[in-house]
This record gives sequence, C-alpha cells and structure tokens, in this order.
Amino acid sequence: MFVEANPERCCGAGMCALAAPEVFGQDEEAGTVLVLASPPDVEHWEAVQDAVQLCPSGAIRIVMSRVDEQPI
Amino acid sequence: MTSTVPIPQGIPLQRVQPFDPPTDLTALRDERPVSRMIYPDGHEGWLVTGYDAARAVLADVRFSSRRELIRSPISLDVPPQRLEPAPPGAMIVTDPPEHTRYRRLLMGQFTVRRMNQLTPRIQQITDDHLAAMRKEGPPADLVRSFALPIPSLVICELLGVPYETRDEFQRESAVLFDLHIKAEQRQAAATKLERFLQDLVEHKRAEPGDDLLGGLVTGSDLTDEELTNIGLLLLIAGHETTANMLALGTFALLQHPEQMAALRSEPELAVNAVEELLRYLSIIHIGPMRAATEDVEIEGELIRAGESVTVSVPGANWDSARFPEPEQLDITRRATGHLSFGHGVHQCLGQQLARVEMRIAYPALLREFPTLGLAVPAREVPLRTDMAIYGVHRLPVTW
Ligand code: SF4
Repeated sequence: MFVEANPERCCGAGMCALAAPEVFGQDEEAGTVLVLASPPDVEHWEAVQDAVQLCPSGAIRIVMSRVDEQPI
Repeated sequence: MTSTVPIPQGIPLQRVQPFDPPTDLTALRDERPVSRMIYPDGHEGWLVTGYDAARAVLADVRFSSRRELIRSPISLDVPPQRLEPAPPGAMIVTDPPEHTRYRRLLMGQFTVRRMNQLTPRIQQITDDHLAAMRKEGPPADLVRSFALPIPSLVICELLGVPYETRDEFQRESAVLFDLHIKAEQRQAAATKLERFLQDLVEHKRAEPGDDLLGGLVTGSDLTDEELTNIGLLLLIAGHETTANMLALGTFALLQHPEQMAALRSEPELAVNAVEELLRYLSIIHIGPMRAATEDVEIEGELIRAGESVTVSVPGANWDSARFPEPEQLDITRRATGHLSFGHGVHQCLGQQLARVEMRIAYPALLREFPTLGLAVPAREVPLRTDMAIYGVHRLPVTW
C-alpha cells in the first residue's frame, strides 16, 4: 500500500500527524500535510487507515500501487 | 414516513442528566437521524443527529457556512432580518476560497509539533495555578482557579494579548455566549470586544513582538479589520472551549470515581481519556450550522437548496452505531473520530492546542489533589444550559 496527500486540500487539522506520526508530518511553515513514508511499514497500516478516516478534508488517501496514482 | 417522535421546534436543549444529551435529541436520532426541524423564524429546515449523516454534511462543500445564508436553531433576541455577511477575517462563517486564504495563514502556527513544544510552559502554568488553588482553599471554585485561567493564560501568551486585560474581554465574551441576553447588550459587548482587538492590533503595528498576532502583522498583508476579526475569533475560541471542557470533564470524572481512579493511577491514559471526555461531553451543543447551496440527498432525505441544516454534536457523539454503549464514560475506549472539533475544512484549528492543555491539566489536577471531591451535592452544580457552549458555571470542590 502507498499513501498520497494533496496539500492543496489540506486544512492543517493535524489528525494525520496525530494518528500516524511515522507516516504523516506537517510542513513547518505552511502546516500542510507531508508524506514521510510511502509505502508505509506494515505495522503502520492500521494507523494510516485511521488517519485517512479522520482527515476532515479528504486530503490523504491510500492507493494500492503507484499505477493508481491520480490527483486527489 | 410515520414517525412517533414529533418534529422539533428549534434544537432540543433540555437535559435530564447533566452529561447526557437531551432525551428528545437522542429519541429523534434513533428514529430519524436526518430530521425536519422548525426553526424559530418559522423556516422548515433540518436537524442532523446521526453520526454518519453529520460527517457527510460537514465534509460536503455544498453546505455553506456563510452567515447570511444560515438561520439560528435557537430563539435569540435578535432583530428579525437575516444576518449580515461576515466581516473580513471572520473565517468561521465563510466558505472557500475566502476561508482557505485565512486558514492557510494560520495553519502553520497550530501544527501538532508546535503545540507539543508548548508542553513545558503549559505544565508550569498548570502547576502554578494548582499551587495557588491549594493556598486559597479548600473549598475552591474549580472554574475560577483552574479551568478558566489555564487556557486563558496560554492563549493570551500565544496570541500576544496582555493577560492583565483578561477580565475585560472575558466579561464581554460571556455576554456574547449568553443565549438569553438582550440584543442591545449583545451588540454592545461585540462592539467593546472589537474595539479591544482593534487597540491591540494598533499596538502590534507599532511593536509586533514574536507572538502570533505580531507575526501576522509583519508577515502577512492582512488589513487591520481582518486582523481584528481573526484575533477575536482565536481569543474567544481559545478560552470558552477548553475552559468548559476542563471544568465539565472534572465534574464528569468526579461522578465516575472508577474512571477517575484509573486516570489517577495511570496518567498515560490521559491521551485517550481526553478523546473520550470530548466525545462524552460534547460541549458544542448547538451546531455547527450550514445551509444547502444545492439540492443534496443525505441518507434518503432530500435537503433542498436554501434550507438550513443544524448538526448536533451530542447526537452524533452518542450514536451507538459508531460508539457502542455511548452512555458509558470509558476512558479506555477508542473514542477518536468523535465530532467534538467538527469535521470538514472548518474543523477546529486549535484542536491540537486544546489536546495538549487537557492532557496536561487533568492528570496534574488528579495528582496534586488525591482527595478531590465536590463541595456541594452534584445537583447543585449550576449547568450552562443557558449558554452557547455547554459546561458548568461554577464547580465548588474540596480536598
Ligand atoms: S488530517 Fe487531513 S487536513 Fe489534517 S493535516 Fe492531515 S491531511 Fe491535512
């Protein structure tokens, strides 16, 4: 599994960085989402799913392969 | 649909138990989670009490936050005409792209990491207030000694508002949140608060300082009017919310001694306990409010363009489809996903600050006061059913 983020959509609520800190961070200046690890380690998959579910603005998502990649 | 639960006239606020949502509200949710509601001005709009439906509405940009489109679900003493459009900077009642522009200017200031960096200072402020409370009591009013001053001092320092001036704006903001206040008094309080912030912005223009407002003054092209309204929003939001959570949360823990004992003996539970208290207490008991800009179907109900929608956070957070046995306060349950900070692009900007404050303050209070108890019978604790944000007016405690 891979993760994608769209900083344009992000509203900086930080739920992703809270739920899956190994996989998502926040830009120091802008406060928008950063992907720290894609693909994430298997042990963080559940946390990634939580983060996607919690994100209020639909700015992060899981894709199964790089081929699926399309703008969010 | 034949429904045994009548269509509500305004949002139900009458509580039987201090922590339970109004029974009219939960009965409605179990029957019709997206229900018609008659607004006080006669408008036939909607009340959303189910968890999934609430999330769907809040995440959907077809539901507008613009003040001039929205109706109040409670009867306020305001002139009958519709509300004015938001003044520049009042981002909470705007939509993208105006909202996005303001939000982007602030987002970097409220990241998880930045808020965590405030931990030592918040710890110190908490310790100081607990020491002062011990000196003065017992008994003490936990609201005045602990729940209000801690978030107040933190937000003042963060924004760069002189703490000595707190009485002035706390008094006026209490008027704004009073549901029974007369229109002229509300207007007068709003004007005073605005002037207070205008003076502050003027002062920051002269001497910016390295606080948040100072940073906005030097690092953005915001006008004075925008800065005033943004400052006002952050100042009020930083007070009223966390303060009420700390006081009502302590009351809830005192009424659930086994939960309180668990948190006292295992302070690491605080991270989860905070989420559960946020879910269980839902101090935002009126709204968020939205207005449909197009026809939208939510769970089989057709909401027409122009109709107002009020979301009930207590309803959603006590939806057993999402949180089993919602009436149980259980600080070990998975409570994340609650809607207490909202959902969608308006989700609370200051939520990571509120979390850090609560994660520090609750365990510190329990540690410092191992014999903490109510100083009055529980039924005599005055509840804020008359305020826009729920909580307790006072919490007399002893030890
Ligand atoms: S949870 Fe979503 S909106 Fe919040 S910071 Fe992460 S990506 Fe952005």
